[in-house]
Amino acid sequence: MANKRVQFEIKRQASPDAPAVWERFNIEWRPGLNVISLFMEIAANPVTADGRGTTPVAYDSCCLEEICGSCAMRINGKARMACSALVDNLEQPIRIEPLSKFPLVRDLQIDRSVLFENLKKVKAWIPIDGTYDLGSGPRVLPQQQEINYPLSNCISCTCCMEVCPQFNEETGFVGAATIAQVKLFNNHPTGKVLAEERLRALAGDGGIQECGFAQNCVEVCPKRIPLTNAISSVSRDVLLQKAIDLLGR
Amino acid sequence: MAAPRIIVVGGGLAGLSAVIKIAEAGGSVDLFSIVPVKRSHSVCAQGGINAAKNLKGEGDTTWKHFDDTIYGGDFLANQTPVKAMCEAGPAIIDLLDRMGVPFSRTPEGLLDFRRFGGTLYNRTAFAGATTGQQLLYALDEQVRRYESEGKVKKYEGWEFLSAVVDSKGVARGITALDLRTMELRSFPADAIILATGGIGAIFGKSTNSVVCTGSAQSAVFQQGVYYANGELIQVHPTTIPGEDKLRLMSESARGEGGRVWVPRTPGDKRPVKSIPEAERFYFLEEWYPKYGNLVPRDIATRAIHKVVYEEGLGIDGQPMVYLDLSHIDRATLDRKLGGILDIYEKFVGDDPHEVPMKIFPGMHYTMGGIWVDFDQMTNIPGIFAAGECEYQYHGANRLGANSLLSCIYAGFISGPNAMNYARSLPAQEGDGGHAQELVRQGAINTSLLNNNGTENPFKLWRELGQTMTEHATVIRYNKGLKQADEKIVELIDRYKNVNLSDRSQWANTSFAFARQLRNMLELSRAIVQGAILRDESRGAHYKPDFPERNDEKFLKTTKASFTGSAEGPRFEWEEVDTQFIKPRPRRYDVAS
Repeated sequence: MANKRVQFEIKRQASPDAPAVWERFNIEWRPGLNVISLFMEIAANPVTADGRGTTPVAYDSCCLEEICGSCAMRINGKARMACSALVDNLEQPIRIEPLSKFPLVRDLQIDRSVLFENLKKVKAWIPIDGTYDLGSGPRVLPQQQEINYPLSNCISCTCCMEVCPQFNEETGFVGAATIAQVKLFNNHPTGKVLAEERLRALAGDGGIQECGFAQNCVEVCPKRIPLTNAISSVSRDVLLQKAIDLLGR
Repeated sequence: MAAPRIIVVGGGLAGLSAVIKIAEAGGSVDLFSIVPVKRSHSVCAQGGINAAKNLKGEGDTTWKHFDDTIYGGDFLANQTPVKAMCEAGPAIIDLLDRMGVPFSRTPEGLLDFRRFGGTLYNRTAFAGATTGQQLLYALDEQVRRYESEGKVKKYEGWEFLSAVVDSKGVARGITALDLRTMELRSFPADAIILATGGIGAIFGKSTNSVVCTGSAQSAVFQQGVYYANGELIQVHPTTIPGEDKLRLMSESARGEGGRVWVPRTPGDKRPVKSIPEAERFYFLEEWYPKYGNLVPRDIATRAIHKVVYEEGLGIDGQPMVYLDLSHIDRATLDRKLGGILDIYEKFVGDDPHEVPMKIFPGMHYTMGGIWVDFDQMTNIPGIFAAGECEYQYHGANRLGANSLLSCIYAGFISGPNAMNYARSLPAQEGDGGHAQELVRQGAINTSLLNNNGTENPFKLWRELGQTMTEHATVIRYNKGLKQADEKIVELIDRYKNVNLSDRSQWANTSFAFARQLRNMLELSRAIVQGAILRDESRGAHYKPDFPERNDEKFLKTTKASFTGSAEGPRFEWEEVDTQFIKPRPRRYDVAS
């Protein structure tokens, strides 16, 4: 009996200017394969299904435990992490392509620095006085910790931005991940000292009003972060801040 | 005089800690990292961070933390820096708390603590079961703040290739490769801090991230830096075997009451939940009644090996044992361990709330690393190291939840020490060796790209991983270690025939990997040969032919230096600082 095979196709692109081509692959099935192990297999034996030599696939990866956020890509049309995409749960041929909303580097590698720039714009940090010993931090009740902790689980994978109809060059929308971080830092007893600045940063073009409540973000989030809830709550705060700023003028 | 210019390589907990201290002190930092720093391997740490805050009324003290750490490391760690680290622990936790780490809380709103291996105290602060992620993010956010103020410049997507060392043997900068454009460049600095993490890739599959190759450590080793205690490798008792890697199942699972067992009957075919309590062999609890499931990792790992390979009690005859949480209520599990239970369910498909997890030991951590002095500086002036890449804090076995502390502590002291060093550094002569180092690195690149051999680097790597895992992990025999060394020599030879299936000059991952592989091969010889020479059993280093610890001969730090000769590294030994705690027998099966 012939051994079971895994059929899959990868959208390849040698550089940002090169044409995109689909390459088909066919490797021996083993139990427990994930999409990353398919790429590892190609690296050790870079041959397509029609026996043509090719190059190892370029892709971002690091932890392979769905915690570093590196390996987001589109697998059978869905934005998700490649490490936790188990072959046995996927329809074949598995179609693998890069996220489409970010500048392409090569093959499945993309440039997601826009998220880190957005985090700067909203000052996503606690402005501590210094790292010297100033005693313990503020008390936080467990109920508050249980609200903040899920927000702090964001792995910056950008899946929420990929699936958002409003996240595009036209709107310049910051996307759900950044908004959830605003909620996280505005919730913090010390972090809230910058709350107004964060809300103002989300008040203009590309800010929170660009959200069309498609709710794709919350469905795709691999960490199940309550993104739509964060957007609603920050949205109210932004409106309030706008009103205060208007009256205070 | 201009502010010192410091290069930090690596953006995990140690690197970011160093960056923060330097920026705060007015220095200017260039931060290099293969991946965006927020994606560094520190995110994988799960269970927590140790500090003797004594918030549970147990009478815990920093001295007890110090003693547990030294005893857990089988007395191989120098005691002065470990003592200082344990004393700094409580203030580090406070600082992280102020930075906004969402630590788990008590009803009163104070930090909650749990138990970890190798101690009888609740000393581990935690944020659910994703503590490393939360700590890394807090530091990443502080660094982003300094970045936005122009005090830190990040070079993400750049790989460190080598130090630039001047004619007097003093570090003057680094060379690095842009992994996108493949540009080779040198960068000047008054001091450099390596915070480049673990070496898991040398063992093929491990719990480490794919970037943990040890390539940077090996590069400076080949430039003359000592590599210390390389043979001390931690194999974590509870990992989830996978096709692409071994996924960590945190020690916190046992800290929260998880129990390790196998059916008493070999190959028991009954559904696992129907096996009665009396027919389950809770071997850690039976063999180590005082510490139970929370013996240190080396002890638990060897016990699992024994149960599987000597007693033939692995589940279904496979190399696996149960780690059972299914007796604990769902809400508690979700609150305290949610992150890791998700991982298990996603990657294995079983729900650990309902059925015991199947786990097996896997390579996890290197206690050994770059040799540094108590100021974190190597023997090449101007090269500092902090974090897992250096050897200083864990002796022959690291206790769980001590690594996050050692990374942050070492980062915090290496930053200011590098600044002090840089302030008194005489100006360089000429170009400080930059041009020459660029020529050397350029030649390596050209020759690799143009090589016309037949060897695939990824296949060579698999062979390296197999031989290292087989001979240089849980149980070591000199015969096997010698075979491993011969195999590495063979692989180094075959590497000369390496052929890149990708010769492009844009985001060429095979090229970057092949360069790392060459360095992995050199470093693996220091590990294997160090293990051959240490004829004793101490901590994670276990030789059945030499089952006892031998303080007279081996209470010493192994120091390997690169020779470039066919025989491999040269070795020397250094006395261990034991001035505070006299070495005593390490017995977890009886009360100490």
